[in-house]
Amino acid sequence: MSLDINITVIDREGTEHEFAVPTEMNLNLMEVCKGYDLPVAGICGGMAMCASCQVYILTEEHFGERNDDEQAMLDEAYHVEENSRLGCQIPITAELNGLKVKIAPEEQ
Amino acid sequence: MIKTDIIIIGAGPVGLFAVFEAGLMKLRCHLIDAIPQPGGQLSEIYPKKPIYDIPGYPSVLAGELVDKLMDQAAPFKPGFTLGERADSIEKQDDGSFIVTTSKGTQHHAPVVMIAGGLGSFEPRKPLISNIGDFEEKGVRYIVKDPDQFEGKDMVISGGGDSALDWAIYFAEKGSFVHLVHRSDRYRAHKDSVSRAQELAAAGKMKLHTFAEVKELNGDDDLTAVVIHTKEANTTVDTELWFPLFGLSPKLGPIGDWGLDIEKNAIVVDTFDYQTNRPGVFAIGDVNTYPGKLKLILCGFHEATLAVQTAYKIINPDKKFTLKYTTVQGVQGFEDEQPKQTITS
Repeated sequence: MSLDINITVIDREGTEHEFAVPTEMNLNLMEVCKGYDLPVAGICGGMAMCASCQVYILTEEHFGERNDDEQAMLDEAYHVEENSRLGCQIPITAELNGLKVKIAPEEQ
Repeated sequence: MIKTDIIIIGAGPVGLFAVFEAGLMKLRCHLIDAIPQPGGQLSEIYPKKPIYDIPGYPSVLAGELVDKLMDQAAPFKPGFTLGERADSIEKQDDGSFIVTTSKGTQHHAPVVMIAGGLGSFEPRKPLISNIGDFEEKGVRYIVKDPDQFEGKDMVISGGGDSALDWAIYFAEKGSFVHLVHRSDRYRAHKDSVSRAQELAAAGKMKLHTFAEVKELNGDDDLTAVVIHTKEANTTVDTELWFPLFGLSPKLGPIGDWGLDIEKNAIVVDTFDYQTNRPGVFAIGDVNTYPGKLKLILCGFHEATLAVQTAYKIINPDKKFTLKYTTVQGVQGFEDEQPKQTITS
């Protein structure tokens, strides 16, 4: 039985990329984007200490909840919208099947 | 001019370990780093976070690893040019290099090793269209020589340690500080937040929450900033605004050094981690090659192999045989690095 889920990532040029992502590999969305060579920097490596993996969640039901570190980082980041999250703080779980996100603009 | 055997660009973990490995081969090193303290990302981004994949350490705090690497490198008396970014490299007729920093400090060596990680840390600049007009004319991204600003009224933006620490520092030195933050939660240490609230209660600071500086006014020098909140826009007369939103790494000038670059990293040969320019090496997170993993562990290995070829470049007629530290011990240099002036 496959444990993959389907997610769609829209890059900064507006191109949609659809992936089947395994849920049992303990991955987060930032790692998935990097793994597929999408332009997500993930500078801090996934500690919510930079905002270089910021994405906009387009499928509202998948927004989840920002954690405290993530919220504090987003309070200082640029291009932040209501539906902003840090990709590194989104673990890939079965509930995210059908998730669609857009990568936020680069900071500079 | 600073003269050495190996100029190491980047004083992060990999650059520091290269000093040790080079030292074992009697090679001297001098490190250049854009931030004022050694340690690179470990010091700048996550000093208090544990690392679990350093062999022999089930867990070590990033800041602690930097301290230990500094201790390990200490016998080899490395030189440091800190707070200056390596801007240019010029090849000399004899094949050696002169590396010049953003402040004009020159370094001369036969070998250059780039251990620049993700690049040099540059301030994150707020997105205000005319901000460039006021840089160094009232807008400052880094607090340098704080004495000159003591007692002056100012606006500071940010919610992290840097913003809070400086706001407290200046408020305690007699400045009236407007601290502007986009939220009412601060990333800074809890003690700093309480101290800032005390100073605000004492009338020495004003905390603007859910607020953001969005406009800058002034003819030549900054004269006022406009703080936007949902309810109102407030103009605050000030000659000083410090937007302290932390630093983010940029590959920067190294990208124009004639090195092969792929996806923001320097392409190297895995035989010795040399770049397409003979005598210039790239080790650690800054390089790329088939199978590259951005791990401190791998950077240590790369540094060790790179100094072997560096040795051959510096000592073309001498043969080197690997000696084990357990057998030989660590024989450091007794004297400080000679700072010799050369004319090219």
